[in-house]
Amino acid sequence: MILQVDNPVVEVHDLTVSYDRKPVLWGVDLTLPAGSLVGVIGPNGAGKSTLIKAIMDLLPASSGYVRIFDEPIKQVRNRISYVPQRESVDWDFPASVFDVVLMGRYGKLGLFNRPRKADRDAAMQALEKVGMQAFADRQISQLSGGQQQRVFLARALAQNADIYFMDEPFAGVDIATETAIIELLRTMRAQGKTVIVVHHDLQSASEYFDWVVLLNMRLVASGPTEQVLTQEMLEQTYGGKLTVLSKVGDLLRKQEFPARER
Amino acid sequence: MNAFWIILTGSLVATCCSLLGCYLILRRMAMVGDAISHAVLPGIVIAFLFTGSRDSIPMIIGAGLLGVLTTFLIEFFHRYARVQADASIGITFTWLFAIGIILISVFAGQVDLDQDCVLYGEIAYVPLDLWLTDSGLSFGPRTIWTLGFVTLLIIGFILVGYKELFLTAFDPGYAAVIGISTTLWYYLLMTAVSLTTVASFESVGAILVVAFLVGPPATAYLLTDNFKTMLVLSVAIGVVAAIVGYYLAYWLDGSIAGAIATITGLQFGLAFLFSPLHGLLFKNKKAIPV
Repeated sequence: MILQVDNPVVEVHDLTVSYDRKPVLWGVDLTLPAGSLVGVIGPNGAGKSTLIKAIMDLLPASSGYVRIFDEPIKQVRNRISYVPQRESVDWDFPASVFDVVLMGRYGKLGLFNRPRKADRDAAMQALEKVGMQAFADRQISQLSGGQQQRVFLARALAQNADIYFMDEPFAGVDIATETAIIELLRTMRAQGKTVIVVHHDLQSASEYFDWVVLLNMRLVASGPTEQVLTQEMLEQTYGGKLTVLSKVGDLLRKQEFPARER
Repeated sequence: MNAFWIILTGSLVATCCSLLGCYLILRRMAMVGDAISHAVLPGIVIAFLFTGSRDSIPMIIGAGLLGVLTTFLIEFFHRYARVQADASIGITFTWLFAIGIILISVFAGQVDLDQDCVLYGEIAYVPLDLWLTDSGLSFGPRTIWTLGFVTLLIIGFILVGYKELFLTAFDPGYAAVIGISTTLWYYLLMTAVSLTTVASFESVGAILVVAFLVGPPATAYLLTDNFKTMLVLSVAIGVVAAIVGYYLAYWLDGSIAGAIATITGLQFGLAFLFSPLHGLLFKNKKAIPV
């Protein structure tokens, strides 16, 4: 079930990525439609993060190529934004929330220019969009997980890009932040932006995304959510272990254990 | 006047090293600074053997190349030989430093350098090595001019590349996506460290360079949560260490470089205990706002 689209924003051809000569992603061949909210879903170690990193050229590809907006990535860097995993940076870094959000403007500024008032305003607006304007001067080490995620999102928004890659933005955040983020992503989609999200929660996936990529070292499926998120496809992706997982999930819900972190 | 020249030399070295050290400790690369400060030795000796003079320019080129080679080798061993980063640092710089020592001992007759000078420096002799014109006009100690030039260069580098250095230290992945080359800024930073090291080498020695690269930035890190403040504060801390260290050495009649390094350690201890932000004595009193 791999659906290709005409005039794609992202076009991945025969992409293979290896760590230490061991392929972790095999022959991925997919296209993504413009203006959609895309979920990249698969089990742990399926290469979800690897896929988006390879698309952004953060990891070298062993074979294959990627085109974004029908151009090589180097030509369109200023139209691409990225929200890394929260844990990828040191939150004890001596920086304020505003400092981090302002980084979103650095790409457009070039070497010799300092951030101007317009850049500061854009950063402040981005903070307002994620509801963090009151925290602008707060030291980043004093933020909760959800607030850190909002700051990263605000930095990407300040960039005002056309395509956004997000690595597990819903991991370990509170429910209020999760709702706020998904609302924001929907607004972005309405503005014609494309958002590609690495996600691991199957239950919310069908509700959040309109295009889903199922991945388990190989591409299992890529297409509209309702056609892709079927029992059969998911079993192919999760190797038949899904039933066990869903039983555990049901059990947890019955006993009202919080399945979500925090 | 001699005291003034010595303190000025110490302060210039402190300024360069503290500024660059801030980036190194935030990148968790403090020991790479240590490694470079030792590994430039063969570069200096080879440059000396080629040119036969202790002119600064060939030495800076030789040391600069060795510094970049060191960072490259550390990365290379870490990535391709798959040893841990600290082991890779350890093997690289001891090996290069040893080659430098061998070169010095083999060409002892020709090389106007010795191991002691390399490790401990001779900051007390700074006022003796004057820059004289043919007509006998004195421009003051030669070292001050070299160090002054390097200090200006480093300050310029940080002013121009402030946001790139800041971003690549905080979040290299994001920097790469928005088109800021992490590799380029990494090697530029390492070149700046090599340059500082070689300029400071003769006068203060490798040990004081390491002390200044790590001590004042680490102390400043405990005192502030703002990166710009951290840069300024670490320079101030370094300069204070140079001044106090000089008078400590004068009073003890001991090694100046040793006394300055001791003061950087004391400063860190004081900050560790009494810092209003992260100090041990205040930690329990401060509630973190949510």
